[in-house]
Parts: sequence; structure tokens; C-alpha cells
Amino acid sequence: MAESNNKYYVPDSSPWPLSGSIGLFMIALGAGNFIQQSTDFGQNVLKHQGTGAGYLLLAGALWLIGTLFFWWRDTIKESITGLHEGRLSGSYRQGMIWFIFSEVMFFAAFFGAMFYTRWLIVPWLGGEGSNAMTHELLWPNFQAMWPLTTTPDGRETQAMGAWGLPAINTAILLVSSITLTIAHHALIAGERGKLILFQGITVLLGIFFLFLQVEEYIHAYTEMGLTLNAGIYGSLFFMLTGFHGMHVTMGTIMLLIMFLRILKGHFSKENHFAYEAAAWYWHFVDVVWLFLYVCVYWL
Amino acid sequence: MTATTAEHHDHHDDHHHAPHGLKRWLFSTNHKDIGTLYLWFSFAMFLIGGLLALVIRAELMYPGMQVVDPEFFNQMTTVHGLVMVFGAIMPAFVGLANWMIPLMIGAPDMALPRMNNWSFWILPFAFTILISSVLMSAFGEGNPSAPNFGWTFYAPLSTTYGPASTDLFILSVHMMGISSIMGAINVVVTVFNLRAPGMTMMKMPLFVWTWLITAFLLVAVMPVLAGAVTMMLTDRHFGTSFFSAAGGGDPVLFQHIFWFFGHPEVYIMILPSFGVVSSIIPVFARKQLFGYASMVYATASIALLSFVVWAHHMFTVGMPLAGTLFFMYMTMLISVPTGVKVFNWMATMWRGSMTFELPMKWAIAFVILFTCGGLSGLMLAITPVDFQYHDTYFVVAHFHYVLVSGAVFSIMAAAYYWLPKWSGVMPNKILGELHFWSSLLSVNLLFFPMHFVGLAGMPRRYADYALQFADYNFWISIGAFWFGVSQLIFLVVAILCAMKKGEKAPANPWDAPEEDLEWTVPSPAPFHTFDTPPVIK
Amino acid sequence: MQSTLFRRVSAALSLLMFSGFAVASDWAERSDHNLRQGVTQVSQEVYDLHMIILWIVSAIGLAVFGLIMYSVFAHRRSKRPKAADFHEHVLLEVVWTIIPFFILIAMAIPATRVLINLDDTSASELTVKVTGYRWKWSYEYLSYKDDNDVGVFFFSNLKTPADQFNTPALEGGLFPYGTAAENYGKESPEKDYNYMLEADKALVVPSGVKVRFLVTADDVIHSFYVPDFGFKKDAIPGFVNEIWTNIPEGQEGTYYGQCAELCGKNHAFMPIEVKVVTQDEFATWLADEKEKAASGPDLTPFASLDDAMKLGEQKYAASCALCHGANGEGGIGPTFVGSEMATQAEHREDHIHVLVNGRNAMPSFKAQLTPKDIAAVITYERNAWGNNTGDLIQPADVAK
Ligand code: HEA
Ligand code: HEA
Ligand code: HEC
Ligand code: CUA
Ligand SMILES: [Cu+2]
Repeated sequence: MAESNNKYYVPDSSPWPLSGSIGLFMIALGAGNFIQQSTDFGQNVLKHQGTGAGYLLLAGALWLIGTLFFWWRDTIKESITGLHEGRLSGSYRQGMIWFIFSEVMFFAAFFGAMFYTRWLIVPWLGGEGSNAMTHELLWPNFQAMWPLTTTPDGRETQAMGAWGLPAINTAILLVSSITLTIAHHALIAGERGKLILFQGITVLLGIFFLFLQVEEYIHAYTEMGLTLNAGIYGSLFFMLTGFHGMHVTMGTIMLLIMFLRILKGHFSKENHFAYEAAAWYWHFVDVVWLFLYVCVYWL
Repeated sequence: MTATTAEHHDHHDDHHHAPHGLKRWLFSTNHKDIGTLYLWFSFAMFLIGGLLALVIRAELMYPGMQVVDPEFFNQMTTVHGLVMVFGAIMPAFVGLANWMIPLMIGAPDMALPRMNNWSFWILPFAFTILISSVLMSAFGEGNPSAPNFGWTFYAPLSTTYGPASTDLFILSVHMMGISSIMGAINVVVTVFNLRAPGMTMMKMPLFVWTWLITAFLLVAVMPVLAGAVTMMLTDRHFGTSFFSAAGGGDPVLFQHIFWFFGHPEVYIMILPSFGVVSSIIPVFARKQLFGYASMVYATASIALLSFVVWAHHMFTVGMPLAGTLFFMYMTMLISVPTGVKVFNWMATMWRGSMTFELPMKWAIAFVILFTCGGLSGLMLAITPVDFQYHDTYFVVAHFHYVLVSGAVFSIMAAAYYWLPKWSGVMPNKILGELHFWSSLLSVNLLFFPMHFVGLAGMPRRYADYALQFADYNFWISIGAFWFGVSQLIFLVVAILCAMKKGEKAPANPWDAPEEDLEWTVPSPAPFHTFDTPPVIK
Repeated sequence: MQSTLFRRVSAALSLLMFSGFAVASDWAERSDHNLRQGVTQVSQEVYDLHMIILWIVSAIGLAVFGLIMYSVFAHRRSKRPKAADFHEHVLLEVVWTIIPFFILIAMAIPATRVLINLDDTSASELTVKVTGYRWKWSYEYLSYKDDNDVGVFFFSNLKTPADQFNTPALEGGLFPYGTAAENYGKESPEKDYNYMLEADKALVVPSGVKVRFLVTADDVIHSFYVPDFGFKKDAIPGFVNEIWTNIPEGQEGTYYGQCAELCGKNHAFMPIEVKVVTQDEFATWLADEKEKAASGPDLTPFASLDDAMKLGEQKYAASCALCHGANGEGGIGPTFVGSEMATQAEHREDHIHVLVNGRNAMPSFKAQLTPKDIAAVITYERNAWGNNTGDLIQPADVAK
């Protein structure tokens, strides 16, 4: 593969992209119809209406997962044959970085919504700025505060504290970042036992984080009255932490796959981009959490 | 071995080894084939979006409701805007990027070829979802409503009051977003990673530069749009209150998020045009592009400024005075770098030795008509007057000047310019001339009078209007049908080229300078080009 | 490769453009081509600002256009076989960056001034709360001079009857209604000149008084737009926006505006009609309205079914037809023709209840119609279109 630094590997035609699109199509159709039929008329789920669309959604998700499996199988094969060296690995690296950037912007939308709410909407509804009349005519009983525990239309909830579970979760994620880095160094140093150990710990920490997060949600829903329905505070709380949680799930799955691939001996000192990508992703998820912890729970 | 897979050692003569039949198109990893798919797809969407516009124009030809009912009219407006923006203009530019960027920088293909194909194939499915709700509305039992809240889908019209199809619409927007993000990542990576040796950043053709910056905008704002529609979805079905004051949210929050995406989006639809025109004018003026470096800086400034002007779409929502002033000043400022571009094109033509083949005609028309649209944009930026212009046909006139006689004209210029390279035959000259002149005249009949009805106070998204607007609307509609029919001429031109009917094209039909790498390969461009990168001095 | 046609047509076009601008100043005076000058000081300022900017951008546009056209003629290959060889000039680039910048500053200064003026709603003497609904406006007079409890409130619907806009396609040639120029200021037989603009009950304001509007909405976003007063402000549910006007004395008359933010099906059908009267007339009008409001709803029973039907037909056309169809055939709302709700005796109470309180997308009409109107409408629905139930609902039935 000496000349592969000058030549660029262009894969042969592949059915997976089209197949992936079909998967997304099924997901979109299924989810769109499912949401319509199930949440619009509350009990319809119980009456098994909309389950057709639900099955379509499920099938689409499985289809997409299957597609990605085969797609990545091809990629892994190529990687093992050494086709990814040289400039192609650069493409993957840069691709991953820009993908993470796009994820950052996705979170930025929700963070932006949060700051706009805290700094502008809530004070306005409380009559600040030139909005005295908004307050007087429409929401005379409303008091501006953050976290917003009483909405303008009078729904009440409690605010989630920063200590307790959230603090433990912060610690878990921080530690997981460290263990992941140790594993990475072990990979580079070729210490297989250490690699397996710390990679395993990282995966477990991810799972533990998710477990606690679910605990916290249950607590919020059953005991605090903090729900998606509880006004803008609940909306922001669940959407931000929820999307973060989804990303942790994704990241944990990635790390788990990396763990399995380590066991299969896929990575070498020089060639382990997939591993690095998963690690970047994990660090990204970690940084998002820090922002979340500070802005949503703490301040 | 060659630059293809380990299993296939037989690619020595790859010209004859393009995959055949359906598989070639469905499973492609070839930037040229994918580019072709994108271009045909976008043209089909242009015709469909145009057809919807013609329904709008048929209804508005006379005062009174005569062709459709107001509900259906709103659906036409909405889906026309969406199909044109996300289905016609953006994919057309991605198609051009696919075809031309590897050729221009001497790369063997796009950096991530399979992902490239994925970006494309998501689109037909996403638009199937969107358009099928229109078909349902037109022909389905009980006429369930298609999206009917404008292409800007403001809450709460699209949340609390949105029709059932809104959820499918939201998910199709997610799909379009995924497609655009992947397409953009591909462009960025290709440009950063796959330039031929010696192709420094400041040697890249401007088309590549403008696309690089566009791709950056795409990666930055498409996820924000995804966030906006996600909040819509949860507001609709999961009880969140992002856009409802009763729960502590604000309908205007939606507009802020939407336009944080939406304004960069309009530059996404014009920056590649700037690139196309910057490629074409020097060739036909036989003179190097004037002020290359400042063109690059101007493009970058436009892109950066585009992140801090979004609220100029929302001057009437009642923002605090300081905010309004900030957004007004920033918006006005964008005229400066845009002006630099216009002046540079003028200086490139100045004392050149110009000929006016079809691509050049479209390019010159672009410069002039885009400037018209840009100048009316500047008028809109003046806030106190925008209170009058806002949501009237004056705005509609503005954005069709920049989008139709801007973006669409530049795409036509690009098509006439590169069709010889894509197909190997010259586009038919007679039909081409007819297409150009017919479009040039009709586009002005179509959109210029919109300024007048707008100033006189005709609100947009109106299915019916007061009598004093009647005459202009009549002529606008005539212009619309004329412009629509003119585009069918291009359909013929394109089909002729695809069927290889016409004068055979040499490798460099326009006598472009040697630095333009795309003209150094044969016409039509072989299936694989630059397997071994060219060396640039 | 040279096209003479191109040159000729471009020449003709540029000629056209130049002559176009020559008559432009004449056009500027006519409000059906150009921004309306309006009647208030603000609208005049806005108009002047508009004209300044219009002239500046026209000049820039013409310069760009002219130079390109000159270049197209003078620098074509048949005239200059060899292109010049320059492609950089730093000074030039700096110049055409700086000059536009200064032009922009020149525009920004007057713009800022007008904007600050527009933003100042203080020291108003009349306050009216304007609420947008799908698809009508309501006006509530909150305070006038020293009176902080005016309490006048009413709705304002489109007045144009449905048969004026439901016209079949292409009946009567290319300009079935005559051209706008012919119709200017006249009533045409098929459509009133103010077709689509007239409301059944106008907003009344006095001249020579600073009026503050508190604009909000009940359902979706609407926009309160009266071109002649030089303003447009979005009506946003859950928030109150403020805007003001002051119509000088001597400018009494009727002014029209329309909803300017897409608000659903009948966005085009929710006009704003403003009647500007002298302060004396206004005082009389206000006293009248207050008296009506104070005397409570009129509950005198209908003398006959016919009386109720007549009133019901009017009210139906004004308030219900947009959603339920001009002939009860349905639309956004369900049909009444032979429907259970409108024909069966046991649904009589429900029928009243739905109207008074609303249900899902069906708005409540409690505030909008008097008990008498509601009774009439229901009577109408239960007897029109072949529903002949013979039911006569009395205002007192509704008032319960
Ligand atoms: C390709 C798309 C495109 C482009 C390039 C632009 C370019 C610009 N647009 Fe436009 N715009 C749209 C697409 C676009 N727009 C769309 C789709 C909408 C409506 C969305 C909706 O509501 O549905 C819209 C709406 C819109 C509004 C909101 C109007 C309203 O709803 O009330 C405003 C307000 O400021 C605006 C301003 C501008 C400005 C200042 C520019 C500038 O970038 C223009 C700069 C160019 C020039 C000025 C000309 C060339 C310059 C010179 C020759 C130099 C010398 C000039 C001077 C010094 C003055 N646009
Ligand atoms: C992005 C690009 C784009 C393009 C290219 C166009 C092209 C056109 N637009 Fe569009 N328009 C928008 C973007 C665009 N528009 C947007 C964003 C809006 C705002 C939407 C909103 O308010 O939410 C809008 C709104 C808009 C309105 C205002 C609607 C309203 O406010 O209610 C009108 C009205 O005249 C209009 C007209 C036209 C016309 C006549 C064309 C013509 O150029 C079209 C040319 C016609 C054709 C190309 C048709 C050719 C086809 C045939 C003749 C039939 C053959 C058909 C098949 C084989 C399928 N457009
Ligand atoms: C904004 C649109 C709109 C307007 C205006 C409107 N309606 Fe309705 N109406 C509806 C809708 C939508 C429903 C269906 C409500 C539901 O889903 O429960 C409805 C339902 C009804 C029903 C119950 C019908 C049934 O069979 O259950 C009656 C009666 C009714 N409307 C009467 C009226 C009258 C009388 C008026 C005028 C004074 C009026 N409506 C104006 C939208 C409207
Ligand atoms: Cu109300 Cu448009
Ligand atoms: Cu904008």
C-alpha cells in the first residue's frame, strides 16, 4: 500500500446509502403517523389505534440499524485491509469533527431558547421593559422568576436542585472521560489488558449515568410535578437533558462497539480512527453536560 | 493497484467500466453520477414548485376567489416556497458542487462517496412525504390539509393550529436537514483534504471558495432548523410550551430560531451563485478575475454577518428599540461586501474582450437583476420603512429578484457553461437563445410590478385582494405563465444534451484558461478523473 | 459568437429604464404605484425616508447598470480583440468599500430618528386594545382622557358579502371588473370599490389626539396594519405590543387596513376599517356606545320566526359562513344541512352551548354576539336549508 498516499480510495457502488434512505423514510412515515394517531387522541394507543404506524416506525428503525451494520461492516473490512491510510483517514477525521460541530449547533438551538427564555421572555411576561401592558392586561398574577415554578397560566412545579443525583452524574461523566483517556493511551502504548479494563469501565460508567438519569426523571415526574407539561422550565429541562441523554446513549453504544472491536483485535497502534471518533464524541457529550449542569441545574 | 477497491483490479480503463443500468444510479459512489442525479432532481422540483406558483398566479390573476379556495391557496404558497428553497435551489447547488468541485481542485471524487449518495437519496423520499400531503389535499377523500402556514411555519399557526400533516412535514424537514448536513460535510472535507498538490487555498477557483463557505453555513444552521422543528413537534404533541406564553414561552422565540437558520439560508442560496458567476465572467471577458482575494474576503464577511442580522425579518414583532437598531445597522452593512463583489465583476468585464455566449448572457443578467434585488433588500433593511413594506408584495418582489433572477439565473448560467463538460455536446444554441430572452423579459414582467402592488399595500399570502391591485396582478400572472413556459424550453435543451444530440463539444469549448482544471479533461468528463492528481504549478 | 440582437435589445432596455425613471417622480405621487403618503406626521416621515432611500438605490442601480452596459458595448471582442491585463487595484477596492459605507451612514441617520419617534407611545390620550382573532378584530376602549374605565368593546368582521368574492373564473373577458384605473374611487357593479376592505363595524378614533393601540391576539399571530397611519405591528397571543398614531385635525375620514400576518384560511378576509371623526363626534359616539353597553343585553323576545330568521341570516353570513359555508354546507366546521345538531330537538341545548362556549376549533361567541344575535343564528340554522324544524329560540333561552 505504499502508493496509497497519493491515490485516494473511492469505494465501489454500494446499496447501503439507498437502503439507509429507505430506513429514514419508514421512520419518518411511521413516526409522523404514529404521533398523530397516538397522542392527539390520548387513549388511542390503548385501543391499539396507530399501531400500524408504530410497527412501521419500529421496522424503519431496525432497517436503519441493519443498514448501518452492513455499511460499517464494509468500512471495517476496508479499514482492516489498510485502505484507510493516508488521506482517507484524514477525510474521516475531518468528517467526524464537522459532524460534532453540527451537533453542537443542534444543542445551541436549545441553549439559545433557554437563554432567551430566562433573560427575555420571563421578565417580559412579568412586565419588564416596555411590556408593562402585557403584564397588566394578560398576566396580572404572574411573577417573573427562574426557575419558573409557576407558569403564567398557573401551572405549578418544583425546580430540580443541582446537588444530589445531578452532581453524582457530573462526577460520573468526568471520571468516564478520564478512564476513556487512560484506555486510549493504553491503546497507543499497546497495553491490551489495561485497554480492555478501562474501556470496560467507561462503558459501565455510561450505563450508570443513564440509569441515574432515568431515576431522576422518575423522581421528577412522580414526586416533583416536573413534567414536559409543566411550562417552559419543564420543557427546557427535559428537552436539554433528554437530548443529552440520547447522545449519551448513542455514545455508550459506540463505546460498547469499540469495546467489542477491541476484543476482536481490530485496532492497531496506528490505525484506530473509529476508536478515536467514538472518544471525541464522548468528550463532546461530556462538555455538553458541563454546560447543562451549570446552566440548567445550577444557575 | 489502482485507486479502487482491493477486490477489483481491473480498472485500468475506467472509462468503460462505469457500472451499468439501474445499479449505476441507485448505488452510485461517483461524484459525477450523483451530481447528475441532484441536478435532475432539482429541475423536477423546480417544475413542480413552479406549477404550484402557477396555481397561485391563476388565482391571483383576478380579484375574487375563482380557481381554488383560500385554504388550498395557503397550501400552494407554503409548499411552493418549501419546494423551491429545499427542493430546487439547494439541491441544484449541491449538484453543481458534486460535479465541479472535484474537477476544479483535481480530486478523484468527493471525500466520502457513499455518504454522498446517502445525502442524495434522502431527498426524493423527503419530498415524497411533503408532496404527497399536497396530493392528498387536492385529490384525497375529505381533502386533509397539507402544510398551510407559509414556508416560515410560524408558531402557533403551525403548532396549535397546524393540520395533521404538519407532523409528517416536520419529519421531512428533519430528513432534508440530515441530507444537507451530510452534503455540506462532504464538501468541506473534500476541499480541505483532497486538493491536488500545489492547489493552495488561494488558488482555488471562487466557485470552490464560495461553496466551502456555504457548506460551513449549512453545517452551522441546518441543525438549528432541526432544533426548531423538534420544538414544534414537542409543542404539538408532548405538552411543552416553547412557543406559548401561557406556559412561559413565546411565539416569537420560534421566529428567532427560525430566522437564525433562515437568514444564513438565503445566503446559502446565493453564495454559490456568486461563485458560478465569478467563474464565468473572466472566461468570456478573457481577463483574469479582478480582486480575487477581496472576493474571498467579501464572501466570508457576508457569511459571518449573516449570523447577526436574522431579526430583520421580524421588525414588526415588537423588539426593544436597541435590538431593532442593532439588526438594522448590521443588515445594512451586508451591502458593503456584496457591493465589493458586484464592483469586482464589473471591473473584470471592464476593458476585457467580451463575447456573449449563453453562459455569459445569463451571468450578466444575473449581476444586474441580483443587484436590483439586493437594493430592494437594502430598502427593507431600513426599519421604519420596513414597517410599511413588511409582509407585502414588496418583500415578495425582493426575494424573487434575488432568488429567481439571482439564484435560478446563475444555475442556468452554470448549466449552459458546464453542459458541454457534463454531456459532451453543446447545448442547442437556438433554443438556448430563445430560453434566455424569453426568461429575461418575462421574469421582469413577472416580478417588477410586484414592487408596485407591494408599495401600494397589498399584503402577501393573500388569496384575494382589493380592486386597486387588479391590473398589476393581471400582468404579473401573464408574466408568470410566460416565464413558466420559457423554462420548458430548457427542459428540451437539457434532454437533448442528455441524449447526446447536438454539436460535439471539444474539451475546452469556451477557451477557458489552463488554470481551470475542469476544462483539461475530455468532454464528456470520463467516469473517473484525476485518479492520479494533477500537479499545479 | 457575437450577437447583434443582444446589443439592440440591451440598448432598448436601457433606454426604457432611463425613461422609466424619468416618469418615476410623477408616479411617486400616485398611491397605487408607490408607498402611500398617509395622513399622519409619522406616515409622512416614513414616506419621505422611503423616497430618499428609493432615489439613492435607484441611482446606485442605474450607475451599476449603466457601467455594465457601457462595458458590454465598448469592451466587446469585436471592438477590443485583446483584453487589458489588470486584475488588482488595492486603492480602488478600498474606495468602493468605503464609499458605500458612508452612503449607508447617510441612510442610517434619518432612519434612526424616525424609528425612535415611532417607538415612543408615551403621553397618549386614548388607549384602545386591539385583539386579532381568526378572522376578525375586536376593539376595546380602555381609557379616554380622564376616563379610565370606558368599557366599550366590540368585534369587527368583514362586511363584503361572500357572493362578491366567489366569482366563477374568467367570466366577462380579460378585465371583467374594468381596470383599476377606470374603477379608481368608483363603485363597480360587481364588486364595491372597497371590496375586501370594509368591516361591519369600524374602529372609531378622534382626530388630533394621540391614540395608543395595545395590540394582541387571541389565537395565532396577526398583524395590525393601516398603511395610511404608517404602521404595522404584529398581534401576538400572550403578549401586548404598543403602537400609536395621531391623525391631524382636518383628516377625518375612513381609512382601511388589513391583517398582514398569515393567520390561516381567511387571512385575506379580516380587514381593518378606521373611521376618524372630530373629537366632538367621538365624544358623542363614545357616550352612545357606553349607554348601549350599560343597558345590558336586549332580551326582548322575537315577535315571529321570520324576524328571527332575518336577523339570523345576516349574522350567519357575517360570523359563521366563513367556516360553515354560505349555505351551511360545512368547511372548516361541520355542515348543518340535515345534521343531528341542527335538526334534533334533544340537541337544542347543545346547539346553544356550543355557540356560547365554543368547542375545540369552534370559537366561543359569548363576547362577540348578543344573546339576541345568538338566538337568531340558531333559529336560522335550525330552519334554513331545508332544516325546517320550526324551532324559535328566544334571547332569554340563550342568556341563561
Ligand atoms: C438569495 C436570497 C436572498 C438574498 C441574497 C437577500 C439579500 C438581502 N436581503 Fe433578503 N430576503 C430573502 C432572500 C434574500 N435576501 C427572502 C427569501 C426573504 C423573505 C423571507 C420570507 O419572509 O418569506 C427576504 C427578506 C428580507 C427582509 C425582510 C423583509 C420583511 O419581511 O419585512 C429584509 C430586511 O432587511 C431583507 C434584506 C436583505 C438585504 C439587506 C440583503 C443584502 O444581502 C443585499 C445586498 C446587495 C446589494 C445592496 C446590492 C449590491 C450592492 C451594491 C451595488 C453596492 C452599493 C450599495 C450600497 C452602498 C447601498 N431581505
Ligand atoms: C427559491 C426559489 C423560488 C423560485 C424559483 C420561485 C419562483 C416563482 N415564484 Fe415564488 N416564492 C418563493 C421562492 C421561489 N419562488 C418563496 C420562498 C415564497 C414565499 C412562500 C411563503 O410566503 O411562505 C414564494 C412566494 C411566491 C408568491 C407569493 C405567494 C403568496 O404570498 O401568497 C408568488 C406569487 O406570485 C410566487 C410566484 C412565483 C412564480 C410565478 C415563480 C416562477 O419563477 C415559477 C416559474 C414556473 C415554472 C418553472 C413552471 C414550469 C412548469 C410548467 C409550465 C408546467 C409543467 C409542469 C410539470 C411537468 C410538473 N412565489
Ligand atoms: C373559526 C371557524 C368557525 C366559525 C367562525 C364558526 N364555527 Fe362553528 N364550528 C367550527 C368548528 C371547527 C367546529 C367543530 C368543533 C369540534 O371539533 O368540536 C364547529 C362546530 C359548530 C357547531 C356544532 C356542530 C355539530 O354538528 O357538532 C355548531 C352548532 C356551530 N359550530 C355553529 C356556529 C355558528 C352559529 C357560528 C357563527 C355564529 C359558527 N359556528 C362560527 C368552526 C367555526
Ligand atoms: Cu389575521 Cu392574517
Ligand atoms: Cu434575511
